[in-house]
Amino acid sequence: MNDTRRTRVLLALLLVTSVSLITIDYRGGDDSPLNGVRSFAATLFGPVERVAAAIAKPVSDAVEGVSGLGDGRDEAARLDRQNKELRRRLRTGALDRSRGQELDDLLKVAGAGQYRIVPARVIAVGAAQTFSWTVTLDAGSRDGIRPDMTVLDGDGLVGRVKTVGPTTSTVLLAVDPESSVGVRLEASLEVGFTTGQGIRDQGDLDLRLLDGQSTVAPGDRLVTFGSQGDTPYVPGVPVGRVVTVSGSPGSQTRTAVVSPYVDFTSLDLVGVVVEPPRKEPRDSVLPPKPAATPTPTVTVTVTATPQASGSG
Amino acid sequence: MPPARVLLAALLVVVALAVQVTLLARLRLPGATPDLLLLVVLALALAYGPAFGLGVGFGAGLAADLVPPADHEVGRWALVLTLVGYLAGAARGETRRSAFVPLVVVGAAGASSVLLFAGLGALMDDPNITWGAVTDLLPTAVLYDVVLSAFVVPGVLAVASRVEPDTEAFAGATR
Repeated sequence: MNDTRRTRVLLALLLVTSVSLITIDYRGGDDSPLNGVRSFAATLFGPVERVAAAIAKPVSDAVEGVSGLGDGRDEAARLDRQNKELRRRLRTGALDRSRGQELDDLLKVAGAGQYRIVPARVIAVGAAQTFSWTVTLDAGSRDGIRPDMTVLDGDGLVGRVKTVGPTTSTVLLAVDPESSVGVRLEASLEVGFTTGQGIRDQGDLDLRLLDGQSTVAPGDRLVTFGSQGDTPYVPGVPVGRVVTVSGSPGSQTRTAVVSPYVDFTSLDLVGVVVEPPRKEPRDSVLPPKPAATPTPTVTVTVTATPQASGSG
Repeated sequence: MPPARVLLAALLVVVALAVQVTLLARLRLPGATPDLLLLVVLALALAYGPAFGLGVGFGAGLAADLVPPADHEVGRWALVLTLVGYLAGAARGETRRSAFVPLVVVGAAGASSVLLFAGLGALMDDPNITWGAVTDLLPTAVLYDVVLSAFVVPGVLAVASRVEPDTEAFAGATR
């Protein structure tokens, strides 16, 4: 009996502690006194995550490439096994190639925008139950990363750095509802901002344009406008493409749905912009506009056959 | 508190958290992420009772609140998992009656943890919490947790009884 009373006192105590922590952290906002504890936890657990990610990587790769190895008593089973093994090698080869491609794209974007970047890999992802869209990178303050730096990949804007540990950092993705990014329509001075909507079927960002007269149309492309002092967002990073526009021109604000260039479900190699470009890259980072689809023309080539009139 | 079970709990919590953020969440299964940490808290509460359960729940929750890439108010998971640990520990007598009861406990814990965590966020005007986001997660959260519990809970119980058998549990067991 005494034991259950003690348990209940302990329960009440820990619940009150939790509520107090929540209140302190909520009131503190971005300057919460608990941020120190957060970075301490990152210092402690960051290395654990790096090791776990290194172990988990082949496991998750194997989930894709796995095919049970048969018992192989006869020739058919042996050949079957060999076949599977060769297919697996082919697949991992393709995987390596796609990683090389990712790095290539990232360097191309960084080069086009004159951003100095620190490349990093995503090692951990927040559980869906936390309702926030964040990932952890395997680079931290020792690699020159500071809070509020822009994160991009070979396709475009990924997000911004939120908290930094010595060897890891946490990125708030652009699709998080707390993310608000100043953007500019390609080849114009029209500005607005996008707000994350989580990952949904069609277009993960909502765009609000400041000018109600805007002539935004589906297919228009967006780049970051650049924040004051280039933090948290440097200018010129491709963000996405307008999918649908709502509200007629002339209304108070115009809103649109934007499909981001970055695939947020399979983030791997990213770059953290440690030095903003000296001059505004304008639209130079956007991939070249797809050429107008040429009308297919049928070309018939007639080749004279020399044998036609010959004797042989 | 005896140190053997505390060490076991700490080890299991660290492993569960690491697997959850580096592997399970990365798989991006439709809907929720299988909540390995919740299952470890549940299993330890079933093994060692409500007092230990709420302690483990608080510790595991605090870790989940702090470990990167967590980005919400510290204390939210701590509150949720403290309650889950206590209630699961209190229900452990019932779970021995049939094989069906633990499944109900896991399902209820899965659903209520999502709802309580989201509810706390809604109180603080967290823009991430919308009714649609919650209902998208709820069915898969319960499903994944129940399926995964079939492997995790018996495993943790077996290890727990080997590391340090709970005297009370074995006195009350009616096998």
